[in-house]
Amino acid sequence: MAALQFARSQDRKAPPPAAETASTPGGVAVTLDGITHRFGTTTAVNDVTLEIKAGEMVALLGPSGCGKTTLLRILAGFQSQTLGRVVIGDRVVDSLPPAGRGVGIVFQNYALFPHMTVAQNVAYGLEARGTAREAVRARVEGMLDLVKLGAMRDRFPKQLSGGQQQRVALARALAIQPSILLLDEPFAALDKNLRLDMQIEIKQLQRRFGITTIMVTHDQEEALSMADRIAVLSRGRLEQFGTPEEVYDRPASLFVNSFVGSANQLKGRILRNAGGTADVALDAGAVLSAGTFDSGLAEGAPAVLCVRPENLRLAAEPAPQQIPGTVELALPLGPVVVYEVRTADGGQVKVTEPRVAGVPLREAGTPVRLHPVSPQACRVFAALA
Amino acid sequence: MVASTADTVASAHAPPKPHAGLEWTLALPLTAFFAVFFVTPLLLLVVVSLFADSEMTRFGLDQYAKFFGDAFNWKVLGSTLFLGVKVTALTLLFGYPLAWLYTRSGPRMQSALILVVILPLLTSVVVRTFAWVVILGRDGIVNNLLLTLGLAETPLRLLYTENGLVAALVQVQMPLMVLPLITTLTRLDPNLLDASSALGAGPWRTFFKVTLPLSLPGIVAGCLLTYAASVTAFITQSLVGGGQLLFMPQYIYQQTITLHNWPFAAAISMVFMVSVLGVVMLLNLLGRASKGYIHA
Repeated sequence: MAALQFARSQDRKAPPPAAETASTPGGVAVTLDGITHRFGTTTAVNDVTLEIKAGEMVALLGPSGCGKTTLLRILAGFQSQTLGRVVIGDRVVDSLPPAGRGVGIVFQNYALFPHMTVAQNVAYGLEARGTAREAVRARVEGMLDLVKLGAMRDRFPKQLSGGQQQRVALARALAIQPSILLLDEPFAALDKNLRLDMQIEIKQLQRRFGITTIMVTHDQEEALSMADRIAVLSRGRLEQFGTPEEVYDRPASLFVNSFVGSANQLKGRILRNAGGTADVALDAGAVLSAGTFDSGLAEGAPAVLCVRPENLRLAAEPAPQQIPGTVELALPLGPVVVYEVRTADGGQVKVTEPRVAGVPLREAGTPVRLHPVSPQACRVFAALA
Repeated sequence: MVASTADTVASAHAPPKPHAGLEWTLALPLTAFFAVFFVTPLLLLVVVSLFADSEMTRFGLDQYAKFFGDAFNWKVLGSTLFLGVKVTALTLLFGYPLAWLYTRSGPRMQSALILVVILPLLTSVVVRTFAWVVILGRDGIVNNLLLTLGLAETPLRLLYTENGLVAALVQVQMPLMVLPLITTLTRLDPNLLDASSALGAGPWRTFFKVTLPLSLPGIVAGCLLTYAASVTAFITQSLVGGGQLLFMPQYIYQQTITLHNWPFAAAISMVFMVSVLGVVMLLNLLGRASKGYIHA
């Protein structure tokens, strides 16, 4: 979350577009309309509809095999979908090859041409489009300045670090002034420190160009920190499409709740369900009321209450809405302590508490009572059969 | 030259070495074998070529003077080296699409293609060459077909011509070209081709700007093997070329076996070897220049 705030605060200070980028392409809206893709008998993408606003940065988030990469390849035109329409701007692009769609793409391994210098890589798309030599040179210089690689123009890709290679890939993709930018797992190959720097840099560039950007990632932190909206995918289906706050605080499904952030899943039965709030009698021995989107959950139905570790506190004194348990393990992680607590029904619950100076850790075996800080931030879902 | 070629074909990624400093002992048996059966005979050849007369009584450079003094010898050497160029060029021209097709095919098609490619290696060179005699002969398959279709009125002379020989050599040496090409083309990152097309390049531009330059190491390795093998292909040259066409291997054979002029045979062997090595080194230089950026 620190990354999130840092990236945001940097954005506000983003400088106005420089002279050489005066021809800012700006963003266009992108619509994926009922996209389905099958490989043989397996369905990789199942009826996904996304409406992406102009200039927006959207992350396609999901575990491997959820169809996010297939979706990106369909958008780029490397693959044609079995069903559905792709609209970029006001054009239906289904019959267009990749070159005709105006997409810039940065591959996971960057796919820089190893036999060309940095400048030749950046110039490639412009030359392929028949741009005049002088214009190509000027634009290449402008792009290299933009990604701060002017001094590296005559190096070959293998002589560059991972972050520099990514900047070249970005410059090459943006040089052709695409109307949308696609990023395929852009930070997976970078080490952790560099990743944050590049995330900030890409976010700044994206804001400056105002270019609609679609990023594929399996890293939820990356999606939360980078994207304006996140599309969570699982097994080819769209689980939720919303802002990072919505996805994190009001997950639409059990999958989203457990895939984005971590969540304790407490089993129980519905006592009452009305007006978006459900009371659940937990097997662990307490009644908690929490928010739900599922108005169809009837009284008595088996349910799962999800509560995030940071939304739980340990208390010594009994009070209403508490779950009794025993501390099994305490992990002091610097600013926070993670407790592993065993509840009465045998389940395990993780609790993240801020570390308070001078207060000793609770030892294993200590009986405690758990209670949520904000019951409305807990979510109730139907139990999976 | 074989060692350097193998290096080009196989990937150069060596695993970490557990017994650093002692691996060279593994090469000892082969080194000893090469010393006894390759280096020694070669040195003997050098010595024999330095005899001035065919009876081998006194030393002198007379054999070399004799070779270079006669335009006929120049012609044999030239036509042999040029034969190699023609065969290599044609093998590349036919082999490249085949290798490319291989990388684009499904697994079943790949097995079929690889079988077709290596089949010539599984049959004896004599059998293969006689098959070409049957195909190209006066009463052969090609002539029968041409006559039946009415494309020719009298049988064409295909056998014992240089063009027939080139055709046979191209088929015989095809695996040596296709296998290194397949190796480099399968190692080509498919994302590079996607990147190229997304940047606006058509298929031909992608081929000439990305695929072809990046497959250069495979091209050089294939050309090296094909060239060296086709200029020294004694059996195919003799059987398909017949008596009318004279190339260096046949020339050396005549001097040794028929005329018993060992010093002259040794001298032309040396000249031939140095010439082929020269061409091979030239190709190798090209290969080294292109290899630098491929294995990043």
